[in-house]
Order: sequence, then structure tokens, then C-alpha cells
Amino acid sequence: MTALDTTIRPALPGRRRPPGLTYTGYELLRTVRNLRLTVFSLAFPLVLLVIVGGANKDVGDFLGTGISFPLYYLAGMISWGAMMAVISGGARIAPERQLGWVRQLRLTPLRPATYLTAKIASGYLLGILTMAVLTAAAVLVLGVRMPLDGWARMYLLVLIGLVPFAAFGVWIGHVVSPDAIGPAMGGITALFALLGGAWGPLTGNSGVLHSVTEWIPSYWLVQAGQSAFTGQWWPAQGWLVIALWTALAVGLATRAYRRDGARV
Amino acid sequence: MTTNPVPAAPALTLTALRKSFGTTRAVDGVDLTVDRGEIVALLGPNGAGKSTTIDLLLGLTQPDSGTAALYGGPPRTAVLAGAVGAMLQTGRLVENLSVRELLTMMASLYPRPAAVDDVLALAGLQEVAAKRADKLSGGQTQRVRFAIALVSDPDLLVLDEPTAALDVSGRYEFWQVMRTFADRGRTILFATHYLEEADQFADRIVLMSGGRVVADGSTTEIKSVVQVRTIRATLPAVPVPELTALPGVAAASRHGDSVTLSCPDADTALRALLARYSGARDLEVRGAGLDEAFRRLTGDDAPGTDDAQRADVLQEVAP
Repeated sequence: MTALDTTIRPALPGRRRPPGLTYTGYELLRTVRNLRLTVFSLAFPLVLLVIVGGANKDVGDFLGTGISFPLYYLAGMISWGAMMAVISGGARIAPERQLGWVRQLRLTPLRPATYLTAKIASGYLLGILTMAVLTAAAVLVLGVRMPLDGWARMYLLVLIGLVPFAAFGVWIGHVVSPDAIGPAMGGITALFALLGGAWGPLTGNSGVLHSVTEWIPSYWLVQAGQSAFTGQWWPAQGWLVIALWTALAVGLATRAYRRDGARV
Repeated sequence: MTTNPVPAAPALTLTALRKSFGTTRAVDGVDLTVDRGEIVALLGPNGAGKSTTIDLLLGLTQPDSGTAALYGGPPRTAVLAGAVGAMLQTGRLVENLSVRELLTMMASLYPRPAAVDDVLALAGLQEVAAKRADKLSGGQTQRVRFAIALVSDPDLLVLDEPTAALDVSGRYEFWQVMRTFADRGRTILFATHYLEEADQFADRIVLMSGGRVVADGSTTEIKSVVQVRTIRATLPAVPVPELTALPGVAAASRHGDSVTLSCPDADTALRALLARYSGARDLEVRGAGLDEAFRRLTGDDAPGTDDAQRADVLQEVAP
């Protein structure tokens, strides 16, 4: 370092975009440059889909549903994989806290809402990528075919159903230590997948346990996946459950960021 | 940019600030006012409560009692206005962005940020601007963190042991860059446990120990307090009060035939000692380290010292 320029001029006005937009853009860029993050969320559902779906490729009427096994299985794997992907977007916060980065951000005017939006957007980027790869594998390898409106309904409902999980991931990223984040994520996503029926029908269609699972957001995420072939949108309870869990997860995540000023 | 929630309020006002972690008092009643344009060093050994004080004044943690105000208002208000830039003691940079991208991202969060190119130039980062921020050397990383603190073009810059992780040449480079910024008349508060850094860079030193301010004055004043020397001699049969009364001597003690004098002005004390007591022999003059100076200022049994130290250590290693 020799001659130092001592002038600091203000940034040119007019070249600036709304603050949240630039910040979110760079968060997404960081995610795109780090796609190995998706290995965890993508590998398991993809391998299961290809192996299990492939072995049962010719089962045309799974458990009397009238649905081919690969299509039925795709619905479960898409909801599970996308859920893992969006949660992993937030779980990345744990190592960032360890770097001291969250404390650095707390010293800026960054609003909690912008912070949360950017993290959720990163999670969605990973989720959409996961869904796209699983869909491509189902169509190209397993020969799954479906009318366009079926695909559209599934994607739309799954994308809506992912909101609470994305916010939940942010909360987990703030309250779980970096060492524990892997096992914590694996356990939580497995529990949600199991209870929601992503790995196969858990409880049949009635009974006490079934009524309980209907209040778990992953149940409606799996229903969203299956809406591809059931042709059914969520009933009122589905929207209510997703809305309630969204409110809870966004509240927890926002509070966690606001409180997270301590040295790690 | 100037922020005036309260016109002409001091840059920083801490009033009876207290913070405990469990049963340990990390900050134990700190009062401190820093006026605009001052360059103040917060000097103290590890565990003196410096980092906790900085966390409190930045609003990163809430005090148990007392208040921290920046420009007469809550710390968050000053942060939102972009009036404060801070470089915390620990902190690395997030992955997958170049230095320039990282600074652009941080600048976008502020209402009136500095031009990123100017900040890059000031921090001496032009050559590494295109490199990934997480792949830099220790010295370069510190300069990027410094640049992040500058990107809002702050009125008040707060630095917590900015050179702790640097080698000698890295330290020299860092303070050279800081000097350029300081020449612009901004307020700077930095924590350090190096007396030389405080001496070379600050106009005022606030000495902390055991979670409290134990001395506060101009650099020259504090240096004279801290740079006490010790004279030892074998000198039987002279009463201690007589030795304490010698010019240049602050305190004296005796162990058998040996006496120990604590001297703010050792030259004068030595001359007086030899002139008055020709029997004094085995003379030994020793500079006291900063740690010893702190012990003398605070007393060995200062309550809370060890506890506060432990609290700071726990803070740093807790998962």
C-alpha cells in the first residue's frame, strides 16, 4: 500500500435499486455459486425415485388408487425433496452465525423482513431446482406422463406449501449450532416426511392419528404433490394449517434474528 | 453525513452501564462520554469488559441496567441512519462473493452509502477487489472488514481489537489506513490491549479493568500512570513513610532489608534515593508491564475482575 486516496464520495444517486432487491440478489448469487448445497436435498429423493420407482415401473394401479406407482412415488419425493431444499437454505445461517456474519448484519439497517425474504428466496431457488430435476428424472427415466393442468396444480400448491418450511429453516439456522445442524435437519425433515406421508401412506384415511397428521404442514405438502393426480385443491383446513404454520415459523425466525446479537 | 437526533449531543454516552452473564459481572458500572471528533482508545487486558462494552454501545446486547446512547438516541437509530460503522473483534467473511460484490451488497443497505470504489481505494483493496472474499489472507480480511465498517461513510467508527489477528507488518499497514480515515475528523473508538497502539493513535485513553473504567485521560496522562517503574534496593533501617515521601515515588514497601519503590518518575526518584541514602546498594530499575500497571491501579483483590474475565472468555468460546 503506497499512496492512499483519502476521498470518499457518496455513491451516485439514481444507480441505486431498492435496498432489499440488491441484498436479495446477492444472496441468490451466493446460492447459485454454491449449488453443492443441493446434493443433500436432491441425492436421496432422486436415488430413491429412480431405484424404487424404477423397480415398480410397471405397477399401474398402486394400492387400488388407480395411479401408477412411479407417479404416486414422484409426488412423495417431490414434496420431501423440496422441503429439504428450502429448509437447507435457512440452515446455512448456522455457519454464517459462527463466522460472526449475523452480528455484522445486525450493525446495518437491514430489516428483519428483508433478511428473511432473502433467505427464503435462496431456499426456494434450491427447492425449485430440486423439483425440476426430480420431474425430469420421472419423465425421462420412469416415463411418467401427466396432463399439463396436473403438473401446474402440483407445482403451485407445493410452492405455497413450502413457505412455512423455508421460514422454519431460518429459525433452525439461528437456534441450532453448526455442528448439530446436519443431524438436526436430517431428523426434522425425516419426521415431517414420515408424518406427512411422503414415504407412503402412514395412517390410512381415518382415525385419531390421521386427524393429528392433518394439522401438520407436511401432510398438506404431500397432498399438494398428490394433487397432480387426485385433481383436488386443498380444502379449507389445508390452507388454514399452512397459514398457521407460516405465521408461527415467520414469527420464530424473525424473533431469532432480532435476538441473535450475542457472540457465538 | 451528519446525524443529529439530538443536536450537538456527544457521539457516545454510556451511563451507569451494567451487564452480567450469569453470576459474572462483565461490565460493572461504566460511565463514558466521547465527544464528536475524538479518537479514544479503550485500553485494558483481556477480560476487562471492553468487548461487552462495545456490544452494549452498538446495541448488539441489552444492558441489565444503565443506558447507551449514540448521538443522543438509541444505538439502533444511529445504525439505521448509517452513522455508525463497526468492526467487531471476531468475524470472518461469507463465502461465494468477491470483495467488490460483498461491499456493494453491504453498501446497498444504507441510506447514503459511500462509493464502493472509494472505499476499496481507502482500504487498499483495489488489487483484490475481484477475489473471493473468503479466500483472502488475514491482513486482507481485516481490511475488507474495515471497508465494511466504512461503507456507510460513518460519523462514528467503532473497532474492537482490530489488529489482534495481525502480524507486525499487517498492524503497521492497518494503522496507516486508519490514520487516513482519522484525518477526516471522524469520531473513533477502538479497543486494544497494546499500549503502543493506544499511544500512537489515540488522543485519549480510557483504561478498563474488571468491567470498570479505572482511568480516563489524555494519552500523556495515562502513559505516566501506566508506565510506572519499580526501583529495588537493599536499604536497611529506613522507615517506609520516609521512602514514600521521596520525589518521584508513588508507593514503597519493605521486605526485610530490601525495599521496593513504585515510581512514576524513576529518574528523579533514583537521584533522590542515592543523594539521601549513600548506603543503598544492589539497585535495580525495572519497567512495569501493562498488566502490572493494571494490577496497581485496580488492586489485586478488585471484585469482579476474575469473574468478568471468565465471562468474556466464555463468551468467546461458547458454541
